[in-house]
Amino acid sequence: MSSAPKTLFDKIWDAHVVEHVDGGPDVFYIDRHFIHEVTSPVAFGGLERRGLKVFRPEKTVATPDHNVPTEGQELPIQELLSRKQVDTLTANCEKHNIGLYGLNHPFHGIVHVIGPELGITKPGMTIVCGDSHTSTHGAFGSIAFGIGTSEVEMVLASQCILQPKPKKMRINVEGELHKGVTAKDIALYIISKISTSGGTGHFIEYAGSAIRSLSMEGRMTLCNMSIESGARGGMIAPDEVTFEYIKGREFAPKGEEWEKQLAYWKTLKSDDDAVFDLEYTYDAADISPMITYGTNPGMGIGVDGAIPTGEDMGKSDRFTFNKSLEYMGFHPGDKMLGKQVDYVFIGSCTNGRIEDFRTFTDFVKGKKKADNITAWLVPGSHQVEAQIRKEGLVEILEEAGFELRQPGCSACLAMNEDKIPAGKYAVSTSNRNFEGRQGPGARTMLASPIMAAAAAVTGRVTDPREFL
Amino acid sequence: MPIDKFVKFRSPAVPLPIENVDTDQIIPARFLKAVERKGFGDNLFRDWRYKSGDTPNPDFVLNESRYSGKILVAGKNFGSGSSREHAAWAIYDYGFRVVVSSFFADIFKNNALNNGLLPVQVSPEYLEKLFETIEANPNAEFEVDLESQTFTNLETGETTDYEINAYKKKCLLNGYDDIDFLVTLKDKVARFEESLR
Repeated sequence: MSSAPKTLFDKIWDAHVVEHVDGGPDVFYIDRHFIHEVTSPVAFGGLERRGLKVFRPEKTVATPDHNVPTEGQELPIQELLSRKQVDTLTANCEKHNIGLYGLNHPFHGIVHVIGPELGITKPGMTIVCGDSHTSTHGAFGSIAFGIGTSEVEMVLASQCILQPKPKKMRINVEGELHKGVTAKDIALYIISKISTSGGTGHFIEYAGSAIRSLSMEGRMTLCNMSIESGARGGMIAPDEVTFEYIKGREFAPKGEEWEKQLAYWKTLKSDDDAVFDLEYTYDAADISPMITYGTNPGMGIGVDGAIPTGEDMGKSDRFTFNKSLEYMGFHPGDKMLGKQVDYVFIGSCTNGRIEDFRTFTDFVKGKKKADNITAWLVPGSHQVEAQIRKEGLVEILEEAGFELRQPGCSACLAMNEDKIPAGKYAVSTSNRNFEGRQGPGARTMLASPIMAAAAAVTGRVTDPREFL
Repeated sequence: MPIDKFVKFRSPAVPLPIENVDTDQIIPARFLKAVERKGFGDNLFRDWRYKSGDTPNPDFVLNESRYSGKILVAGKNFGSGSSREHAAWAIYDYGFRVVVSSFFADIFKNNALNNGLLPVQVSPEYLEKLFETIEANPNAEFEVDLESQTFTNLETGETTDYEINAYKKKCLLNGYDDIDFLVTLKDKVARFEESLR
């Protein structure tokens, strides 16, 4: 008897269940564990109190990214609390024999940027990190999701976590994307449709011709934003684009091992008649360059659209909607085009990769940064930064009035000095527009690198298609 | 760290009728720089609780003296956003033992359960009534019983059930910790690793 059809998610999940706990979760094996300075220290403290060692240090990779400065990284960190967290990570890694890419290492960067670019992230893997945007790695056809610090401690102690198996959702995007529409717009479009809780309890597989047409960078952007719909993660079946990206990278398999793994990777797709608990299909042609107007990533519209009036909302939805607009200083029915912009941020695990900088640079080439704009261009890693320099993008950027900072999470969550001042408006390529996310009182509009570039040169919210 | 055993209790509740309360509101990122787990309750809902600087915002529920208790009642989709467990730590450290909402974000729910903070998911209608009860009488009491998986509005007598997986329920009732359990499986995990490709 042939076995029941399985989704890609089922295949990888089921292959990693060590055992099922009666009436409870699965003991789920983790192939790769990424750690950073913010969510790991308490977990290491817990291990020590129990007198435990790290069970599989070779399966753990560490880098400091969340609170590091993006200027003067060659100097000791000025901010004492940040320095202590980074030093604590270093000490914990030394003590437990964990590989660390510290601040000035050529492989240093945002954890979700370096995993893929070093060839650590591979199809079929299970990957966790104490960071919700771990979903990024799902772009390679892996199961990757964010965990809390107690779970970080579980993985350090046993290379496993206890986890109930999520439900399965498939989101198909079919057809061809319009010019100026990117993976970021697909992500914001989907979340605007299913809301920030539409994916809760589920793991998403993205499929369809528009998804297949995306580069690996684009796929990472899309999977990265899965958590913003409430889903634990999102994944895309690996294909030639995936294999081509991985081949030759630092820790990618080589020679015979490559052939062996590749043969396995090619089996990683959902069976034709596999059943999903929930399925949505969208037409790529319906998607415009997106921008958010509110204080969660689901509050997004096409850049040429207007903020909803809220008239058809229920009492509690409307209360939240009004609170959000009040924070943003916007009004129901406002057009987004022409809105004031003070800051532009390019970077983060969502849009801090080389393709994002190429796109931004290509747009601003021969133009000038608007005088009212402060622009923070923060590469996702030292390798991204090196590539930007190698390709001569820095000269073009400088000519247009932009300068590059050093890698880190930066203004995405404003744990370091890169805070948008209270009341100021930022067009940001990051992932969250929550109140205060980019600094107390900061007002964030999420958008793609092209949208950010258009805002940076015009000084206001602009439809980039006018320039294409 | 072993968690406190969850014991049935009665308490008034603090209402927070806002939807999509994300973890950046529960505890802003700039307060995540500690290397030890202590004192997070001081910064719970920091930017709503205080005006610029350290002046308490008198309009925020945690600063309103008529509200008290170990139960936080919040709008739907509570705990969305970041995976920071600091959110659950801050709520627990402040003194809450239960969060009631009509919907919880996944990672928050796991983090809460791993720290002995019970997420009680109720219907939107039941939640609406809870807000009404608290508004009418801030001293109204509620009973949380994990053994029977029930939550009772003692003011109206209305009881509702809630879901929790059997394993987590056992952990909370007995103060068990996942790591104690997982380390007993090390040999099994090692054998599993050998079975992998």
